[in-house]
Amino acid sequence: MKFIDEYQNSKLAKGLAKRIAKQSSKHIRLMEFCGGHTHAIMRYGIRQLVPKTVEMRSGPGCPVCVTATADLDKAIALAQLPNVIITTFGDMMRVPGSYSSLQQAKAEGTDIRVVYSAIDAVEIAEANPEKSVIFIGIGFETTAPTIAASIIKAQQKKIENFHVLSLHKLTPPVMKALLNLGEVKLDGIICPGHVSVIIGSYPYEFIPKNYGVACVISGFEPLDILLCLDKLVEQIENGQPGVEIAYPRGVKPEGNSKALQLMEEVFEIGEANWRGIGWVPQSGLKIGGKYEHFDADKAFSVSLKPVREPKGCRCGDVVRGAATPPECKLFRKVCTPERPVGPCMVSSEGACAAYYQYGPPENSQEFSG
Amino acid sequence: MSDTILLAHGSGGKLSHDLVEKKFLPFLANPALNKLDDSAIFEASGRLAFTTDSYVVNPIFFPGGDIGKLSVCGTVNDLAMNGAKPVYLSLSVIIEEGFPLDGLEQIVWSIKAAAEEAEVQIIAGDTKVVNRGQADKLFITTSGIGVISPGVDISGANAKTGDKVILSGTIGDHGIAIMSQREGLRFSVPIESDCAPLNKLVSQMLEASSRIHCLRDPTRGGLATTLNEFARQSNVGIMIQENKIPVKEGVRAACELLGLDPIYVANEGKLVAVVEPSDADKVLAQMKQNGYGGDAAIIGEVTSQPPRRVIMKTKLGPSRIVDMLSGELLPRIC
Repeated sequence: MKFIDEYQNSKLAKGLAKRIAKQSSKHIRLMEFCGGHTHAIMRYGIRQLVPKTVEMRSGPGCPVCVTATADLDKAIALAQLPNVIITTFGDMMRVPGSYSSLQQAKAEGTDIRVVYSAIDAVEIAEANPEKSVIFIGIGFETTAPTIAASIIKAQQKKIENFHVLSLHKLTPPVMKALLNLGEVKLDGIICPGHVSVIIGSYPYEFIPKNYGVACVISGFEPLDILLCLDKLVEQIENGQPGVEIAYPRGVKPEGNSKALQLMEEVFEIGEANWRGIGWVPQSGLKIGGKYEHFDADKAFSVSLKPVREPKGCRCGDVVRGAATPPECKLFRKVCTPERPVGPCMVSSEGACAAYYQYGPPENSQEFSG
Repeated sequence: MSDTILLAHGSGGKLSHDLVEKKFLPFLANPALNKLDDSAIFEASGRLAFTTDSYVVNPIFFPGGDIGKLSVCGTVNDLAMNGAKPVYLSLSVIIEEGFPLDGLEQIVWSIKAAAEEAEVQIIAGDTKVVNRGQADKLFITTSGIGVISPGVDISGANAKTGDKVILSGTIGDHGIAIMSQREGLRFSVPIESDCAPLNKLVSQMLEASSRIHCLRDPTRGGLATTLNEFARQSNVGIMIQENKIPVKEGVRAACELLGLDPIYVANEGKLVAVVEPSDADKVLAQMKQNGYGGDAAIIGEVTSQPPRRVIMKTKLGPSRIVDMLSGELLPRIC
């Protein structure tokens, strides 16, 4: 099939895998920043195709997973205000907060609606002028431009009852924070595909330059990922880390200027609270300037009880790449997709959900024929 | 008659009689139903299968079918999957006040067409009308009775090592057709639901072989969930090959866009059969003769190891575990 089969061709995949094996002489550790990559790697069995010298760790690239419990508690508290409709992406519904979840709050009678885009939330606001409609804005540079567009649309249509709780986060600053932390020694990063469509490749330049870590941007099809791994191994083996694009059909070095303009128009850069990492400077987007009145943080005030993190949950370690899901004692035993303890088991991009769904790679190796 | 359903249509009075006599009976008429007694009386002997299911699909009209067709096919298929020949159905309809009468007519027409195709009679029925907001447009419950021929023993617990796994056609059509219609997901692909009665396909398969061990229609939870059910019930392993599973181009494209795996997407006109290896080709050839089995394929086999697990050889070659669907299918957000 056009544009799918081409990137899932098993002959080409085996060829790339062979090339990677031939080049790889020493153990290297890579981080796939994006949860979408973790899922694709596990779904297609890519770990079994590449040599054992290539270790892959999941990173913080799952918007639901890195949302701090405090922010989730705030979203739930906002839902409990009178005359408020909360709109959110579906993945957020089941994430446990300190005392409740959005799903639980909905069952108790608050008005929480799942939407597929922020524009839908604007339309709900337009249809319900007597209510305040708050959109829970999560995501990285990928989703932020669309949220910016919805805010601009609301401004143009003079929809005053639309608000956004902006929990948006930025990718390169958190990479910097993780590298500064130095907790997990990395040789290379599989850089996110969709984020890079927006920001391009230039914002990663500091990584090879200052930290000597190789960076290659990857798409989400199996051949994209194998090509990315091939380039990463090559850079590392040659001792020449740089930034390369292995996803040229989606990513230009300069990114998408229209989307970047939209973000700049609506958002200001500030610090953000990341689960497992904490407050990271310059890593969040707040609604600024003439759009400030759309900011739910400014329009509403809620009092919050102290944050309680789930006991034993290692989602924080998982998003830093400091632990793999099976290293968490709750994994599969207490924490399952039906009864998730932490967000990494809930989200369709969470590392724990991927490991749960597709099985630990060391086990599936036994079954490969 | 007014154009919409009124509460009075459910009062038991004149309007209720009108509704049954003008909107249901002319389409569904048969001797047992026509009597309008409190219960239907019929002759039966031998082993019988009995099942019931409620239908609350949203939207109620979708490409390739509607809730009426679904309510007949779903129950007919549940009977057929145990090797029973469906004979009689009951039909219970809960209608929200204000529902358009022409919509109801269309649904009853679909029920009639599906029942005729499946050669089943609807011999008992009920209608209720509830206040606006107390039901979402229209809900249907159907129950069904089927007759099982001597010697037929089909159960999810009967899979044996070495058996072949046959899938009757492309997967994911129904789920994607519904999702493309849902409010909020403005995504339109020319995909129709595969909603269909499979009882004739099953009887042809049973004519071809008496060694069909398991049959199931992979509805909610999709192919992956059905195979996991077989593996657990029969305490066996199942190994399937991704590149053998037929998926329509549009469904694949939609799944790629939405971040879904077609093996978890619902079907309403497909079945999975586990068949003794010696008879697999014969059953497959027979299935291909039927309009609902044209794309049938052997997609894998039953293994002794690892027990209670489904393993899939991916398109790229490596294998991975296929788990049951957990939670709800949601499109990805980034």
